[in-house]
Amino acid sequence: MRDAPAGIPSQRRPLARWWSRHWHLFVFLTPAVVVYGMFMAYPLLSSLSYSVYEWDGFLRRGFTGLSNFVTVLTRWPYNERFWGALTHNTWFFVLTFAIQTTLGLFVAVLLAKKWRGFAFFQAAYFLPYTLSLVVVGFLWLMLLNPTWGMIAQGLRGLGLGEWVQPWLGQRATALTTVILVNAWGWLGFPMLVYLAAVQAIPQEFHEAAFVDGATPWQDFRFVTFPLLLPSIAMVTILTFIWNFNAFELVFVMQGASGSPNYATDLLATFFYRTAFGDPTTGGEPGQIGIASAIGVMMLLIIGFVSAFGVRFMQRSQTEY
Amino acid sequence: MIRITRHLTVLAAFALLGGTLAQTQLDFWSWRTEDVAAYETFIAAFEAENPDISVTFTPYLNTEYNTIVSTALQGGGGPDIVHLRAYGGMEPLANAGLIVRLDDEVEALAGFDPGILLGATNRADGGVYGVPFALQTVKVLYNQDMFERLGLEEPSTWAEFLALGDALKASGVYALANGASDPWTVETLFGGVAPTFYGCDAFFYDITGGSTDFTDPRFAAALERMVELQPYMADNFMGVGYTDMQTLFAFEQAGMLVGGSYELGNMAQLNPELRVGSFTVPGDTADAEKCTTFYVDGSYGINANSANQDAALRFIEFLASQEFGQMFTDELQQISAVPGTQPTSPALARMVEQMTDHGTPYLMLTAFRFGQPSGSTLLQNEMQAVLGGDSTIERAVANIQRGVAEWFDFE
Repeated sequence: MRDAPAGIPSQRRPLARWWSRHWHLFVFLTPAVVVYGMFMAYPLLSSLSYSVYEWDGFLRRGFTGLSNFVTVLTRWPYNERFWGALTHNTWFFVLTFAIQTTLGLFVAVLLAKKWRGFAFFQAAYFLPYTLSLVVVGFLWLMLLNPTWGMIAQGLRGLGLGEWVQPWLGQRATALTTVILVNAWGWLGFPMLVYLAAVQAIPQEFHEAAFVDGATPWQDFRFVTFPLLLPSIAMVTILTFIWNFNAFELVFVMQGASGSPNYATDLLATFFYRTAFGDPTTGGEPGQIGIASAIGVMMLLIIGFVSAFGVRFMQRSQTEY
Repeated sequence: MIRITRHLTVLAAFALLGGTLAQTQLDFWSWRTEDVAAYETFIAAFEAENPDISVTFTPYLNTEYNTIVSTALQGGGGPDIVHLRAYGGMEPLANAGLIVRLDDEVEALAGFDPGILLGATNRADGGVYGVPFALQTVKVLYNQDMFERLGLEEPSTWAEFLALGDALKASGVYALANGASDPWTVETLFGGVAPTFYGCDAFFYDITGGSTDFTDPRFAAALERMVELQPYMADNFMGVGYTDMQTLFAFEQAGMLVGGSYELGNMAQLNPELRVGSFTVPGDTADAEKCTTFYVDGSYGINANSANQDAALRFIEFLASQEFGQMFTDELQQISAVPGTQPTSPALARMVEQMTDHGTPYLMLTAFRFGQPSGSTLLQNEMQAVLGGDSTIERAVANIQRGVAEWFDFE
């Protein structure tokens, strides 16, 4: 900047030279940038902006700063629903994660032994994952129906009629039941990832461990498991993202209000209900501004936690 | 000769239209996917009288309809004729000037019951923005054959009603098919049971006028009666959803169902053999005031941006005519909002009679669905928790009051 008069031509020349060499980059990038901008960036940014306006139904009114966020965090019933939904999402993630890393990993390690029937069991465990969550939800809704569901009928047939409960209708069991159904539906995914990772571990590592006198458990604990950590981390991050965005299963099984009395309410159902009114209760005016604030908070929570998770994962990266 | 006359009539019709040979196309959107055949019959009748107008009926998925319509109307598009939701579901469209005010345009509206017109009225300007189409009422439906077999009769007091329940249970069926898995069915139970005990119209106008609120002991007393019915519901009623309720009643596993008049059509489809009777929940004594909840299901309106205002208005006038009202009730087995229509089915005629004798507006639906959280959302979820044993009437009342007070001014 000191020698500005002389600097202008000298600054312009490299730019012009750079442009003459690289102009074609823009030609190639433009279609992608336009498509991404129109269908990803613009909708995302505009919906972010909805959260700082006041809304009258679907009509946008004045700018309100952060007051929609304050409403969600401080005004009843929004605050109670928000913390409730956040707790449910956390439990949703924790329980799904626990099932995936124990049962999923266990099944994967067993399948990796390539015992007889390997292909059948692999397909059987993976099958639910190929079903839409809406189908999974509907299926279990039928199975769990306390009046004529197969599970209730089976228990009655065994003389255990008093064990029949409205599993999805009572506060104590509704959320956990939905989560178990969710884990059932997803189990194929971690299983497949873990199976691939287990099979990628060079056989020599196990042989070396056994030569050193390792038991099968020690082989798993000190050879297989550490080498699986990156896969576990990746599955965990994806599970976190999916579970904090979970919607369909609760919507199908428990309605947009997370019946009974918000016991299965998640951030996404809370968002949906607030934005469009509650269709399960017959409709009420939507609150686009407040709902967008919920959406932004979901984005922040998921974004921060996954960014943290990705950094952790990169640090634990292994190469063979 | 006949042929010549017909030609002359057609020519005369065209002459009257001032030479406009082209047909006006009207689009008509609705959420009544199940009524397509009926609407095609109505439209054929209209087109026969108005050969210059052709109407296309397009129904959308019930749960997505509201979003589809408001998005389309806001973008300046949408159909000419809009099937409108009632009360709070219609008001935002009227407020935003997206639909045409009709009370000065459609003469027949003057003959409609004022209580019914409320379902299509914008509270801000008092204008009527739609022609109401159907009325629903909530009552106790019962299996007539089962009652006759067991020698049971319609009750005249609450104690007799509960005794009916005991008799049905003793005979090996559930007394009430009602469950609480779907929150909205809890409000239906409220609509069937509560009005008689909160004091009918007196309480309704007190609370909507703002001179009392939900902490009024009459309201809590009415909620208590819902809980009193809990022992008469199906086993595991917290897991009994709406379709389970319908099935239990239709296939005679339960003797009674607190439900809407729309169930008559559903039952006729599920089990055509079933003879359904209905009664209003009685009070503590035979001469105590009792009442039946009713509400307007929705209305027909005109898109303010429609290019075919005149043709649309002619179609709307048809929808407000007695000819249409009668066709509607005969075709769909529902109560038409058009004054002077007579249901041909005895079960429906009985409901209309009970409704005219002691009808009261459906409390939350007609008066407390204008803000978030709506009275319906609060009532349904709070009472679901009470029925499930996770909450108390006191807490439910406090939360309903607190939620509605967020947007409604009690004086």
